[in-house]
Order: sequence, then structure tokens, then C-alpha cells
Amino acid sequence: MNGRPFRRVHAFFSKRSLDAELDAELTAHLELAIEENLERGLSPGEARRLALAQFGGLEQAKEKHREARGLLRLDIFLQDLKYTFRTLGRDPGFTVVAALILALGIGANVAVFSVVNTLLLRPLPFSDAQQLVWIAPPPTKCGLSCATYSTDAYDEFRIYTHSFQDVTGYFAFSSPDNLNLTIGNGAPIPATGIDVIANFFSVLGVKPAMGRLFTPADALDGAPPVIVLSDAWWRRQFNADPQIVGKAFDISGRQTTVIGVLPPSFDFGAVFSPGAKIDAITPLDLYGQPRDWGNIVTLIGRMKPGVTLAQAREDATAAAPHMCWNNKYPQSCGDYAKRGVVPVSLKDYVSGKLRRSLIVLWSAVGLILLIACVNLSNLLLARATARQKEFAMRAALGASRGRIVGQLLTESLILSGMGALLGLLLAYFLVFWLAHQGAIALPLLGTLRIDGAALMWTLFIALATAFLFGAFPGLRMAGGNLQESLKDSGPGAGQSPKHERVRSVLVVTEVALACVLLVGAGLLLRSFLKVLDVDLGFQPQRAYAINVDIPSSADDSNGETPQARQAVALRRTAFFQQVITQVSQIPGVQAAGISDYLPLGQNRAWGTPWPKGVKEPDALPAGPLVYVVTPGYLRAMGTPLRGRDFTWEDSPTTQNVVIISQAFAQFLATYAHWPNGDAVGHTISNGNQDLTIIGVAANVHEETTEGDAGWQIYYPETQAGPIGAELVLRSALPAIAIANPVLHAIIQLNLNQTAAEFRPLQSFVDHANSPRRFFMFLVSAFAALGLLLAALGIYGVISYSVTRQTQEIGIRMALGATMARVQRQVLAGTLRLALTGILLGALASLAVARLISSLLFATSPWDVATYLGMAAVLLAVAVVSGYLPARRASHIDPMVALRAN
Amino acid sequence: MKRSKLDLLQGTLDLMVLKTLAAMGSLHGYGIARRIEQVSGNQVLLNQGTIYASLVRLEQRGWIRSSWGVSGNNRKARFYSLTAAGQRRLSEDARYWERLTGVMERVLRMDKDSGEWTDEGEPA
Repeated sequence: MNGRPFRRVHAFFSKRSLDAELDAELTAHLELAIEENLERGLSPGEARRLALAQFGGLEQAKEKHREARGLLRLDIFLQDLKYTFRTLGRDPGFTVVAALILALGIGANVAVFSVVNTLLLRPLPFSDAQQLVWIAPPPTKCGLSCATYSTDAYDEFRIYTHSFQDVTGYFAFSSPDNLNLTIGNGAPIPATGIDVIANFFSVLGVKPAMGRLFTPADALDGAPPVIVLSDAWWRRQFNADPQIVGKAFDISGRQTTVIGVLPPSFDFGAVFSPGAKIDAITPLDLYGQPRDWGNIVTLIGRMKPGVTLAQAREDATAAAPHMCWNNKYPQSCGDYAKRGVVPVSLKDYVSGKLRRSLIVLWSAVGLILLIACVNLSNLLLARATARQKEFAMRAALGASRGRIVGQLLTESLILSGMGALLGLLLAYFLVFWLAHQGAIALPLLGTLRIDGAALMWTLFIALATAFLFGAFPGLRMAGGNLQESLKDSGPGAGQSPKHERVRSVLVVTEVALACVLLVGAGLLLRSFLKVLDVDLGFQPQRAYAINVDIPSSADDSNGETPQARQAVALRRTAFFQQVITQVSQIPGVQAAGISDYLPLGQNRAWGTPWPKGVKEPDALPAGPLVYVVTPGYLRAMGTPLRGRDFTWEDSPTTQNVVIISQAFAQFLATYAHWPNGDAVGHTISNGNQDLTIIGVAANVHEETTEGDAGWQIYYPETQAGPIGAELVLRSALPAIAIANPVLHAIIQLNLNQTAAEFRPLQSFVDHANSPRRFFMFLVSAFAALGLLLAALGIYGVISYSVTRQTQEIGIRMALGATMARVQRQVLAGTLRLALTGILLGALASLAVARLISSLLFATSPWDVATYLGMAAVLLAVAVVSGYLPARRASHIDPMVALRAN
Repeated sequence: MKRSKLDLLQGTLDLMVLKTLAAMGSLHGYGIARRIEQVSGNQVLLNQGTIYASLVRLEQRGWIRSSWGVSGNNRKARFYSLTAAGQRRLSEDARYWERLTGVMERVLRMDKDSGEWTDEGEPA
């Protein structure tokens, strides 16, 4: 009994021999029956007739036998399959168009699914990633400095919380190209490194591909310097040297030993700083100098198993009052409790902001698929109409309704299967391309690939589309009136007006869907243009930045004494002054200046300076972002300034001066009641020093291009310690013309200068805009695809109706209708369809636009210009797709048309 | 239209075949069909051909087995016989069928006054 399925399968495959055996058996049966009848005295003819009568239908018996014996359904399916391939092969034009339409729809869907899956659905590439949390205060005006904690606070958080297995973090203020690697006597090579707390990799659960990762001993003050390489850097810079572990290199002037190589699956940038490439990881010395650097580390925790996020939050809130900015200053304890210590899931931190954009993207490709299905439905319907007689004939010969629907569904499945294969290929290329867009500031993009989930998704949408576009024409066909179809002959057969109405409804649907897509894309495009138009507070065009290495000297003695620090500062100032003077002499350079940080890059804050003698409000807002700059920097950036710029004469011994941004000046003025609200000339205090405001600069977008501009305060490099040095140049000549002379000039002043990249400021802006650009681009591409499909749909229907009416048009022309009149009539039909679709689409868009309103920038979801523009585009496309058939109609020769029948 | 012969209920043919083979030992398809017709006094409407679907079904379930042999009048034919599993199946099915016919009989003999169902009788 248990062997039955096997026997059935066996029977299915040995059909021929089993059929032969059955034939033999039935023959024997009839012979036995005839013999018996003969014995009863019947004539031979009568004996045979009676035997057959008693047997019943021979073929029915065989069919029943086969049904009982094997897999009849599969049998039928194989028959249908064979038949489908034959019919599709007979109509290659249709097959190719249908498969292509589906391939576009399915390919776009699979590619976007892969993106959504990677960014949103799949857990982060760490073991038990759901346990990982990002611990930070809610976002504020003071950027990274207010999103990070001091090393003392880190220690106290670790001690006073109980819901975490462990807590780690990394130094959040590393700037790009902060390391320089010197191999042998070669020129120093720039690289980007990140300092992490020693337990970083064990908390994340990352295992080395080679060698080892950090131990607590590596991070101790005075420990021999070690470094861990990223997989990419190890391949690129060290030619994937299998013996790399244990080798030591001169990195930023210190012999540093490579202790390990990270696995390819771990890309620091992909998770924590999208769009940036991080080459190497070094241990952060928690208890040395960094202890006095204030807020420098971000916190990442791994919750104990079974601990919920809510419990972790409670735990963190309870620990916050124990956290001190610096244990040397007891009054700084508890500051963090005011700002908040809030764990959020790491996944949310990494990709939570993108959720809505991704959902919109997903919906857009869903619409594309729907349009493709409607299009296919339409094509199949046209085809089915032409084949109505074939089906009527089959029904007359005894095919059940189910068989015919089955046959049509088989065709749909084959088409969608072909579409899925092609689409998968398309998606593969698209995903490959996306994964190599390193400059897009989207997390995890580099890990994008077509995986098992994407394949399952492909299968799912292939099946879903097959039913979606196949079932409707299938049911219509099978439900048709047999007799009518058989009776009906001639070219108009089965092309009833009813059919055409159905097709028109499909086209209107298609146009409406395309309209929704277009409006969505239009709104996003308009937002993007608005973002590009934002006054950033600086002029990125024709401005370039290059990382300048500050020469170090052995007698700096780590800046431990005030005298040493002063000497370092003086030497640095002299160096900067020389660099700027030299660079300014290069032809084409119009302005040059140095800042330690650049807008849209790293940032930090030093508290909120306050006007002297003015009472502070109870809740002092977080302070402005700090930039330590040289004279000329603001001019090089193209940031307008009122008052005066810094000069080299502003020295450590003269009055302390600052420049503040307009918004910050306005804020202070409301409390200080300065005459005319003018801050210039007034004095503010940061607690330690009095600072005289010498200028007010335009507001600069320092963190995002889209958000508020925030507040800035500029300190002169001569009076405050910069963290690094970015030389900014404004040039009349293109980058190629000045990059080499500039680098050359710097190297002449400092032989250890790395061959740093010459970056247009525009690239910072582009980087900041890249997620928006990315989504806008994809949605627009999909909208264009939708438009194309809709155009195909319109063309198909109009062209078909012209063919159907050939005779009628012929008669009308014979009776005197002019070509223009015929053309007008066909075009009018087109426009009617298009306008109905546009109207419905616009109404639907009004509802849909609400959903994307949070993705728009300075654009109303009901932006009239966008709606009108998109309607115009659709209408134009409709006219073009209707014009071709209209032209054909007007060229019908009445004689030919009439004779044709 | 008057029905002169009995339609076979779904599944009854299988039972008839099993019983026939149990009673007659090894038999070919024609023999089985004829035997059923004879026993039923020709009251069963049996298209002899349908027996082959039943035979292949029973064989696939392992209740009967078959082999080619020679009939009494020297014709090559396929002979079917009951297996041990078929024997068990037959007794199960037979018991079930007896119970069912018993119930059917009682139900069909039911009238308004009979037995225990009267207390809830509806108004006539």
C-alpha cells in the first residue's frame, strides 16, 4: 500500500509498455467474450457486437485505466506544455515581446527585492544581530559631539548596566585618510583607519580571516602599536599577501604590526559609515590621552539573551546619572542623564531612516509589475480572441472548461517562466552594478547580491504574475459561447465590441498606473532639484579640498608641557601659513585656507558659549559645531562673512576671537539684546576664555543638505588646536590643472605628505545627496519603464482596433471621408483612453502622494506643476503611440479593404 | 425512465472484485466480470471495461497480484489473485459493508410509530 505513489510514478514513465499490456489484456477479454457468445450459438457478427456492448466503451475503459494507474494530471500538463511550445514558436514576435515585458517587470522586482532584503529584511551581518543596540542620545544641533560619550562615561555605563553581555564602541572622529602608510622608501600612502575599543570585534561576533583581532592588552597605554586590515585593503595594498600577519610597517610614523585580516563579510563602512571605505582598524587607548578628549566614542551594546529593548532602555536610563563626562570634574557627572542614553536596535540605527524610501521603491516596482501584467493580459486577450475558434473546436470535441483554462494557464506559466529567467539575468546585472556603487551613502549596499531569498521571490512573482495575467483571459475564453464562436466566421469573428471594451478598460488601468508612477517620480525629482538648489552657505563649485599632513617632530614630546604645546602650535601655524602662501601663488588658485573639519564631513562641538553678563536660560541648547580655521578659509569656501576674517596677527598672545554663524548670532542676540541684533564686537565666554566676535558668517549646512543649517563657530587656528588640516582651494582652472602643482607645493614643505586625494567640494555635497539621488533615479527609471509599457499598451489596442475596422474605414473612405478625418477619429479614440486613464491616475496619485510626502523636500504632495507636467508627458506619449495606427488607418486603400473580404 | 439495472455505488466494484477473487481463486478480468454478472443475476449495470481500472487500482495498493497465464480454452490472459493484504482488506470492507447495509435496512424500514424516535416526532 505504501508503494503506491512510487508505482504511479513508475506507471507514468513506463506508459508505452503498460499501454501495450493493457491492449493485450483487453483483446484477450474480448476474445474470451466472443468465444463464449459463439458457444451460446450466436452468429460471429452478433457475438462480437454483444461482446463489445457488454464491454462498454473501449477507449473510456483505457482512459479510466490510465487515470487509475498513473499521473494523469502530469500527463495532461506535459501535453499542454508541448502544445504551448508549439503555439508560442509559431508566433515568435508575440513570444519575444511578452517575455521581454515580463523580464523588465520581474527583473526590476527582483533587483529591488534584493536591495530591500539586504537593507531592511535581512538581519545585520553579525551573529545574533538582533541583540545588538546602538546607544546614543536623541539627535541635537551639536552633531557628533552630542551623539557620543566620553571614555569615562563608557566605563560607567558598562559598570552600572546589567542587561548587556558587553558594551563596546569606536572613536567617531576619525577623518578620511587619517593614516599614512610608508613602505620602504616609497611615498606615504593615505589610508583611513578607525580606532575601536578592544572588545569591539568580540561584541559584534566578528572572527578574523587570518591572524587575531584585538585583546585588552593591545589597547593599553604604551602597548606596541598593532593594526587589523580590512579584506579589501589587504587585497588592494598588500596583494593579498598570505604571510602578512606579523609584518610591521611604518604607519603614521610608528612601526605598526599587522596582527590580523578581517573577513570579507565585515565592512566597517558598510554598516557604520555608509559610502566611506575604511581600510584598517586600530585599538583605542581608553585610558591614555583620549580620556581627556571629551565625547569621542559611540556606544554599541549586546543585550543578554532574553532581554528586551524596553528592559535595556530602562537599564540605560537608570545608569545614566552615574555617567560622568570626566571623573576629574565631579560636576560633569549626571550630564548625560539630561541628554538621554537611549538604546535603539542597531538595525534601526543603520537602516531605519531608509525604511520609507525602500517601501516606496518596492511599491514602485510592484506597480511596474502590475502594468506589465495588464499589458500581458491585453496581449493574451488579443491573441485569445484570434484563437477563439480553436478553443471552441476543442470544447466541441469534448475538452472540459478546466482543460482549456489549464491550457491557457500553462501558456501563461511558460511565458512568465521565460520572463523570470530573463528578468533574473537582468536583476543580476542591476544588483552587480548597485553593489559596486561605493560612493552611495547607503548602508550594506556592498553586500548586495542575488541570494536564495531573491530566487524564491523570483519564483513567487513568476507564479503570481502567471496567474494574474493568465487567469483573466483564460476565464473569459473558456466561458465564451461555443456555438457563437463556431458560427461566427470572417475577419470580424470573435472581435465583438464587448471584447474591445475589456481591452480598453485594461489600457485605461495601465495608463492610470503609469500616471501614479510618473507623479511619484515627478515629485521626487522636483524634491531633488529643490535640494540641489539649497543655499548651503558655501559654494561647492570649483572648490577643492585636500588633506594636509601636519609635520611632526621628535621634540614635540607629545605636547605634554604647556611650553611644548606652544612650540607645536607655533610651528604648525608657520607651516600652514607657508602652505597657503605657496599654494596661492599657483596660477588659477583664487583663494586658499585650512580648516580641520569640512561641512558635510566630520564635526564636533565644544559646548555653548554665552554672552558675558547675560543670564543663561534653564535649558541651554546644545552648542554650535566647531571649526578651527586659518585666515582665508571662509573666502575659499565661498561663505559670505560680515565683519572681519581672522588674520595671522590673531595670535595666542592677542585677544581671543571667533566668528559665529548668523543663526547662532541671532539666537544669542535674543537673549543679549544687542543693538540692531548685531553680534560683531560683542564678547562671549565658553567658561574658560572670553571670545570676541569679530564676524558673522552665513549659515552653513554642516550635517545634511536638507535639514536645518545648524549653528557654527569658527576659532582661529592660531588660538585653538585643530584636529587635522583640510586645505580648501578655490580655483579658476579645472582640478586637473592645479592638483599636481598643489600637491607638489605641499610636499616641498613636508616630505611626509601623503599623495592625498584632490576632492571637489561638490563630491561632499553629492555624497550627502546620494541616497536621495539613488532613490530618485530608481523611481524615475521605473516610471520611464511604466510609461514605455503604457505606450505599448495604447499602441496595441489602437492598432488592433484599426485592424478590426479596416473594412469600415474602407467604406467610409469610399464614401468620401478624408484621410485627415480618419486620422482624427483614431487619435480621438486614443485620447479618450489616455485622458480617462490620466484622470483616474491623477486621482489615485492624490491619495498615494500623501504616503510619500515625508520623502519630499520643499515640495507639496499636491504640487500642481508636477501633476500637469506628468499629465502632459503621458498625453504626448499616448498621442505618439496612437499616431502610428492612425497613420496606417488613413492610408487604407478602400478598394483593397473592401476586396479583402 | 425505468431503471432496469442497478448502478454501482462508488467503491462497491472494488469490494466485489476482491470477494470474487477470494471465492474463485485466480481469475482473469473477463472471468471476474462474468462472475459478478452471474452472481448478481444480471441485475448489475456493469460495463465490463470499468473492471480494469478497478484491477489496476487494487494491484497498485498491493491487495491483488497478477501474472500472465493460459485460460481453460488455451488463450493467453492475465490472471489476478488475492494477496494476504487483500484478504485482510476484504474482511474489513465486508464487515463495514454489512454494518452499512444493516443501518440502511433499519433506516428504510423506519415509520412514524416505530421505536425510540417517536417522542420528537413532528406533526404529521
